[in-house]
Amino acid sequence: MEKLVQTLKEEIIEALNLVEMVPEDINEEAPLFVDGLGLDSIDALELTVLLEKKYGIKIKTAEEGKKILYSVKSMADCIIAGGKAWD
Amino acid sequence: MTGYYITGYCIIRNNEASVNGKPVFSAHGKNTREFFTDLYKFLDSDYPKFHKMDNLCKLGFLSSELILKKNGVRTIFSGSDTGVILANSSSSLDTDRMHQVTIINRAAYFPSPAVFVYTLPNIVIGEICIRNKITGEGSFFIQEKLNPVFLTDYIRCLLDCEIINRCIAGWLQVDGDDCDAMMCLIEKTDKPISGFVNFEPSVIRDIYNLRI
Repeated sequence: MEKLVQTLKEEIIEALNLVEMVPEDINEEAPLFVDGLGLDSIDALELTVLLEKKYGIKIKTAEEGKKILYSVKSMADCIIAGGKAWD
Repeated sequence: MTGYYITGYCIIRNNEASVNGKPVFSAHGKNTREFFTDLYKFLDSDYPKFHKMDNLCKLGFLSSELILKKNGVRTIFSGSDTGVILANSSSSLDTDRMHQVTIINRAAYFPSPAVFVYTLPNIVIGEICIRNKITGEGSFFIQEKLNPVFLTDYIRCLLDCEIINRCIAGWLQVDGDDCDAMMCLIEKTDKPISGFVNFEPSVIRDIYNLRI
């Protein structure tokens, strides 16, 4: 889990061009959008593509996307669960 | 009598930048992307969104930062009476090619949202407007080369019709490491402004042809 979280942080920084950040700057439990990293809707799409391209996970609904893309930890949990969102 | 004046200008090419004819920054031996990052750091703009922009938007952003900061007129060039009129010859081809790479293989079809949102040249106008809270007229023209007569006529028409009172105008060309930018500030005033030059096609041409 720890290794996956670290890898995800590195992939997020690269995919979203967060060039002024290092993985340690990202709290894996903090919200990625609005309060946390302040990501926007284009970033959400980019993360959706990242999950599909690298991990074969397809986000099917906006509601599912909100849960999976909530934080780095929620993304990692989803990957470990084989792409399933949870309540 | 109302006159139209060029009250500032900048040029970015050959990994060098100048404002009002004076060199302000250079970083030789770097590719376009590296040069843009170095110039961004030099300008100390503190605008993280810069790093997400494509090269055309970066060039437009850096040109506008240079010209507005160095002339101390950021708050003046703002609002609904400021326009942004730009042109180039390759549209957004630089980014279009990057987008093509992501969609060319049907078996690995992963278009990147962060890339394809920039596959229109006028996005750079939006980036400049968001940064400077400009809500006036904006147009981006695709032309074979800089056309000073067209640019001057078009902007003069907007100023004559009182659609705008000032304008950020210029040529923003970037395709790979081919980078060439000229940006001018144009203002309408009732009193002649000492030291500023009339907004005429010949002056636009002369500024564009200046060597840094």
